[in-house]
Amino acid sequence: MTAKSLFDKLWERHVVVDETADSPAVLFIDLHLTHEVTSPQAFAILSERGLRVRRPDLTIATLDHSTPTLPADENGELPYGTPEAKAQVETLIANCAEYGVELLGMGDPRRGIVHVIGPELGLTQPGKTIVCGDSHTSTHGAFGALAFGIGTTEVGHVLATQCILQRKPKSMRVTFEGETPAGVTAKDMALAMIAEIGADGGQGYAIEYAGPAVEALSMEARMTLCNMSIEGGARSGMVAPDDKTIAWLEGRDRAPKGGAWDAAVSDWLSLRTDEGATFDKEVVIDASELKPMITYGVSPDAAAAVDARAPAAASDEERRAADYMKLEGGRPFTENSVDKVFIGSCTNSRLSDLRLAAEIMRGRKVRDGVVALIVPGSEAVRRAAEEEGLHKVFLDAGAEWREPGCSMCIAMNGDAGAPGDLVVSTSNRNFMGRQGKDVRTVLASPATAAASAIEGRIADPRPYLEQ
Amino acid sequence: MSFEPFRTLTSKTLVLPAENIDTDQIIAARFLTTTSRDGLGKAAFYDWRFDENGAPKNSSPFSGYDPAAQKILVAGANFGCGSSREHAPWALYDLGFRAVVSSDIADIFTSNALKNGLLPVEVDEQTHRTLLDAPGEEVSVDLEGQTLRFGGDRQAAFKVEPFARRCLLDGVDPLGHLLNQVDAIEAYESARP
Repeated sequence: MTAKSLFDKLWERHVVVDETADSPAVLFIDLHLTHEVTSPQAFAILSERGLRVRRPDLTIATLDHSTPTLPADENGELPYGTPEAKAQVETLIANCAEYGVELLGMGDPRRGIVHVIGPELGLTQPGKTIVCGDSHTSTHGAFGALAFGIGTTEVGHVLATQCILQRKPKSMRVTFEGETPAGVTAKDMALAMIAEIGADGGQGYAIEYAGPAVEALSMEARMTLCNMSIEGGARSGMVAPDDKTIAWLEGRDRAPKGGAWDAAVSDWLSLRTDEGATFDKEVVIDASELKPMITYGVSPDAAAAVDARAPAAASDEERRAADYMKLEGGRPFTENSVDKVFIGSCTNSRLSDLRLAAEIMRGRKVRDGVVALIVPGSEAVRRAAEEEGLHKVFLDAGAEWREPGCSMCIAMNGDAGAPGDLVVSTSNRNFMGRQGKDVRTVLASPATAAASAIEGRIADPRPYLEQ
Repeated sequence: MSFEPFRTLTSKTLVLPAENIDTDQIIAARFLTTTSRDGLGKAAFYDWRFDENGAPKNSSPFSGYDPAAQKILVAGANFGCGSSREHAPWALYDLGFRAVVSSDIADIFTSNALKNGLLPVEVDEQTHRTLLDAPGEEVSVDLEGQTLRFGGDRQAAFKVEPFARRCLLDGVDPLGHLLNQVDAIEAYESARP
């Protein structure tokens, strides 16, 4: 019997029609997540062609990208950034009603960022194929699922047929050896990997993350790592299910129950890469050598240790990035002052992320002149954080505690930086203009972001965590 | 939005040499609140083309750009990286582009472009370099022969996923293809626990 990788096993289970020289495989999708931004034109395809949603039981919708993170006014009106944003939200509500798709909308206690709520509800499970019109769908691979982002035309394909046409990607294993030092998080591991392989290093590959430093990660940290796969060019990243995966899912709303649970667990634990399985590419990273990481350019692979100095630009490409970022070459990163701090996004808005930020902010004050925005990933995260009093820690420190949503990660709901602002952000993309016109984004972990808010400059979080 | 079948294209190029041109550059998130596929050309590369008052920038790589004559975009490596927004190829197509040439084009962008009549063409490094260095050059793209002709008599081969190629050449509809597999889909569904 040929040794198979986790990815091989996930792929094989979902092939409806085999790939040939002429045609891609028809791949069955177990879970389709959708949101307001990339779905309207897909529902329009159904409408134009008189089609129905084939499996409304396998699609779930939420509102996250265009939604305000400030509460409703005294008349109950939500402060949408633009009338178009509101119209887009209303379009999804209407489409879900017309096609019988479950929507976790505004006011629903289960609403949140699509990649936060899937796992929370227990819908994200090992062995599933999961797609969404959103590139950070790779997040769900943390559970040993094959999860990847698709375009809107493909969203239409999934709605109509519960399948998509795909050729099997190549496979890559990224092994993190050793143990991460204190203050080094999954975000730092992800940025270090992307710096190593490049923003296109994972292009055409499905990544499996393995090794002791990955096994040691919590489920939420694994989600952060898998989430960033796309920033290295890979559409999917995954971690083999283990006891932590099982413990996370047990008892969740949509997880199997009773005898079905026992059967599922035994199946899930078989989803591991066999001894001797081969990968098209192997990358090995020594986790014990890692430091807290930040980005200094306009592509996520321009990442370095926070205690380093900004490199001198050596190519046209680097000069273009340096002109935009205005971090002076040769100076320590930590000498650059910060205007805003954003802690949130599908990368780093879960309870453990907020706990880490709160650990640093507790009893301290956000530096005068710095705006710090803390945006929980979901209503459930918000409730849990508030039960622990984390919101009080943030508010006492002078930070803002907002309603759940994508917020400043994509800055399409009105939450944005001002031109020229330097924003230390726990999100996933430092592209030019991503967080607002001429906004300079520095990607970092929640620890680094919190320390930067306190110091008013890019800051190394380790001194705060070693006390 | 409907698009024309793609067989051959001869046009001048617009060159954007920057690497890692992400989908936020192609179409910024603030334009994504639309519920339509149409009319996004104005938003394409907006912040590269226009200043804060909406006036065309003088020093933009788009200065002098003629959409009717320059239907081929030549861009630096890793073009289209970032988000899955299909608005990116919709916007480029609406602006007038019919092909994007680079040494390396991101996966999701490639998949989206092929479904919208915008041909992604990945060429070898040397051809890429030559095209980057010759803005406005006339280039011919032959999808049937998977060949790019440029610089008079030079040519380079490129590959397009065979099914997507057939869809573009013959107007085959991928959703129609999937809908024709309904028996296999039903069989798969009923065989599952």
